[in-house]
Amino acid sequence: MTVRTAELLIAILLALCSIGLMIKSAELRIDWVPERGPGSGAWPFWLSTGMLLACLATIVRWFRKVTPESTNLDLFMTRETVLLVGISAGSIVFLLVVTHLLGIYVALFLFLLFYLKFVGRHSWLVTITMTIVVPIFIFCLFEWALKIPLPKSISEPLFYPIYDLMYS
Amino acid sequence: MAGQGGGADNMARLMQTITEKYNSICFVLQCLYSWHLVYHGAKHKQFPKRGYLLMVTIISKMKTIAVLIAAVVVTCLGLQSPAMADWSPKKPIELIIMAGAGGGADQIARLLQGLAEQKDLSPRPIIPINKPGGSGAEALRYLQDKAGDDHTILVTLNSFYTTPVIQQGIGVDVSNFTPIGRMAVDNFVLWVNSSRDDITDLDSYIAAVKAAGNTWKVGGTGTGQEDSILTAMMEKEFGYDVTYIPFPGGGTVAKNLVGNHVDSTVNNPAEQNEFYRAGETKPIVQFTAERLPAYPDVPTAKELGVDMQYYMQRSINGPPEMSKEAQDWYIGLFKALFDSEEWQQFCTDDGLACDQWLAGDDLGTYHQEQIALHKDLIESVGASAITGE
Amino acid sequence: MEEIVLHLIGGLAEAMQPLNLTMIVVGCTLGLLIGAMPGLGSVNGVAILLPITFLVPPTAAIIFLAAIYYGAMYGGAISSITLGIPGASTAVATVFDGRPLAQAGHADRALTAAAVASFVGGTISVVLFTAFAPPLASFALKFGPPEEFALMVLAFATFIGLGGDDIPKTVFSILIGLVMASVGLDIISGQPRLIFGDIDGFLHGINFLVLAIGIYGIGEMLWTLETTRGEVMVHKVTISWQRMKHNFKDIRNYIKTTSMGSALGYFVGTLPAAGATPASLMSYGLAKTFSKDPDSFGKGNISGVAAPEAANNAASTGSMLPMITLGIPGSPTTAILLGGMIIWGLRPGPLLFTENPEFVWGLIGSLYIANFATLLINLAFIPLFVKILTLPFSILAPVIYILCVVGGYAPTQTMHDVWLMLLFGVVGYLLRKLNYPVAPAVLAIVLGPLAERSLRQSLLGSHGDVSIFLTRPISAVCIAIAVALICYPMLQKLQKRRRANAGTGSG
Repeated sequence: MTVRTAELLIAILLALCSIGLMIKSAELRIDWVPERGPGSGAWPFWLSTGMLLACLATIVRWFRKVTPESTNLDLFMTRETVLLVGISAGSIVFLLVVTHLLGIYVALFLFLLFYLKFVGRHSWLVTITMTIVVPIFIFCLFEWALKIPLPKSISEPLFYPIYDLMYS
Repeated sequence: MAGQGGGADNMARLMQTITEKYNSICFVLQCLYSWHLVYHGAKHKQFPKRGYLLMVTIISKMKTIAVLIAAVVVTCLGLQSPAMADWSPKKPIELIIMAGAGGGADQIARLLQGLAEQKDLSPRPIIPINKPGGSGAEALRYLQDKAGDDHTILVTLNSFYTTPVIQQGIGVDVSNFTPIGRMAVDNFVLWVNSSRDDITDLDSYIAAVKAAGNTWKVGGTGTGQEDSILTAMMEKEFGYDVTYIPFPGGGTVAKNLVGNHVDSTVNNPAEQNEFYRAGETKPIVQFTAERLPAYPDVPTAKELGVDMQYYMQRSINGPPEMSKEAQDWYIGLFKALFDSEEWQQFCTDDGLACDQWLAGDDLGTYHQEQIALHKDLIESVGASAITGE
Repeated sequence: MEEIVLHLIGGLAEAMQPLNLTMIVVGCTLGLLIGAMPGLGSVNGVAILLPITFLVPPTAAIIFLAAIYYGAMYGGAISSITLGIPGASTAVATVFDGRPLAQAGHADRALTAAAVASFVGGTISVVLFTAFAPPLASFALKFGPPEEFALMVLAFATFIGLGGDDIPKTVFSILIGLVMASVGLDIISGQPRLIFGDIDGFLHGINFLVLAIGIYGIGEMLWTLETTRGEVMVHKVTISWQRMKHNFKDIRNYIKTTSMGSALGYFVGTLPAAGATPASLMSYGLAKTFSKDPDSFGKGNISGVAAPEAANNAASTGSMLPMITLGIPGSPTTAILLGGMIIWGLRPGPLLFTENPEFVWGLIGSLYIANFATLLINLAFIPLFVKILTLPFSILAPVIYILCVVGGYAPTQTMHDVWLMLLFGVVGYLLRKLNYPVAPAVLAIVLGPLAERSLRQSLLGSHGDVSIFLTRPISAVCIAIAVALICYPMLQKLQKRRRANAGTGSG
């Protein structure tokens, strides 16, 4: 896909999003309520209309080839970029899914193991140190010092003995 | 014993959760891996394929590992707490606040947290979390989803009653929640700016509002909140029509009254007290059964022949189906806090009524009455009178 | 005046007591570290340390909390500059130039500028606070909804020129930020709005931090990955005494914008409901508008770091004014400080100055000292923070992702927000590739709720009469200045063109 195609595609997508937002906002009053000013849906509705117009302007400019992106025939994302960005974004998705299932500390461990060993190709020493130190640091900072409990899902009971130590 | 049976139950439930979650992990990983294969084939040597392969291997062993861990944990827990009757929290307690940081409910929550810590009343810390979304709808839904959880409690204001009525869509029935204790009852007073020499009592107030027509501006903390209901009640009772302007928080409302940006407010005593002492604002009428000690010269609405009373409770509640043992433990904790000198002092300073302790089923009955009352109130003034659109 | 000086000396003496001094140093250090973590800001620090302060007398406690507050304000700049993630809304504008400077190997220069500007901002505002607290408090009372809206118009006017060259895309970015700001409950009508798919997480609206961490944390990392192929992240920096001396000589380059930002920041901060974020953004916008070289902003102009930092520190001092004199918090952090004062039995309000002078002046005295202490502590930490940048990318990247995830979770404690953050990160990255400016969206989501609310409150009050914004003197002045600001760059451009035409004509 070239940058030129991507420019048009994204502009169309964003225009559709704007229309969606307009429809959603129109569930509430979007007109001027006499004596009260704009209704509760008016602000998002008219702003989404503005978004739609901005997208249309981008599309018009695309046809007239005014913007640098609309004349750029380079690849939008090279294979290598897709790979690099895909691994990063994918590994964060993995981190979040595992957080839901097994709790954040297990997720952090697996995420770091994957990223350091298989993406970064660090030595086992660096990998193991980081996979242990980072979750412990996060635990100490958030749970202990700042008292912000992070999601633990089904691994919660594993932490009961640690709480015993922490608060006794 | 109930505790033992609970253990076996827990184990079964845990196994089921593990199986479910295990299956979904496998699915996600397979998706990721097949995406990778389709997209790259075997060409990319640099790509860490090993990672995914290893991952899949680990995951395939994970179920066994998880079961083992779970078994060990459940056994340990069983050993640690042989008798469940003597319940005490095992992990930090989430104290959900159904309003934003800095408001009345927030102050109360943080004071209670601080006092519990200072007096060493809880073996695990109490952690206040603000969930102000949707006039408390988010907090109520959160608690509803936590049904059966013994480590989540909620500090309420009256949106506990009004939000489920006004926003039917959220599908929460607060009468299922586990009542713990009522910490205080807050009062409401009608205020105007001291520069309004023409307003000295309720009659002159009504006359002034009627003369102004609907250009009379009443400041409040938000449509559907306590003061908007009281404002709607007054509109109905006295037969006038005002413009209600919402602001974020009682403090901001008070400031806008002092700055003459609104004409009158129905504020809690705590929010206006400092301006009153500085001579900036004056109380006109109190919506209480008897005159508050802080304002001995201000009549109540009842004395003036208008039986209009409205209060706001500040109570602690658990999610639905909280265990009896946990409920008892929390009742004990908050009773101790309620009786503390610091809490009683805070009530006196802030014009709250803290003379009567209501807990457990008594509080449940009180909630039922209040829910019925609020339903009637909202029906009689009309939801549209409150939302204004 | 004499009375004020006497009070101030008393206050300084109070703050210099060993216990209070310890509180200041410990508080500043803790605040600095908390502020430096993306997602954690002064709110977290102050809220969580509140119970600890039950153990010490109220004056020491409020000093401790104020020190944390100050430290966190300084610390916010650190993650903005070194990691490119604004840790708090107040530090968004610092990213614009701080990040390019760090990437060009000038992290130490940017950090020094941030520290010095914060110090200047803090000090100027404390002096203003000492001298003009009561008159400003009564001025703040004059600010009703129409004035607040006019102020927001003014804030938006200062952003003209912050966007890219592509006008439709800039407009789109601003608008989508404003629309996202309206998700959640509409307080005027009490109705939920734009709750997509009936998901609970949208009920609390879209938190600013979710968008900022998504775009600047995740989006920026993806961008860096693409541009550097994961090879190098920044130029190596070695800190030497020589370099530090040079950094201090740098001060004269940004002292003008710093003082302007400080005064502006203090003033905006004192207005209830405005707070430090609009102040820092306005300061950045003004610095750019009146700069001799506006095009270098956003590409690593040192004034672009100094201006917002001076303003946000000045504003955080300023926002204590409405808290102390009116009992109204100017920011979420002061809201919690306010809660603390009430718990200690101090009643913030118009009478606090006269009834508890030793408390108020002790606090003011501690602000002077906390400012100085934070400057020293911050400068001492700079080499450490610069070291972070020399870590290999494949170690830094996962750590930054983790900090983003945890930082996105911390403010609201829902996983919903973390997923949303990831989505914003990826979408923001794709849009950025197509030259959509992202900064305007981040600014708009901060100011959107204030702007909409004050607009609708004003119209409710005036019964739908729009002229209210022009008939009230303060709001009329604000709007006039806004119009002037919008016209200024256009006039400049026109003039330049005319001059160029004249030049070619004569030549």
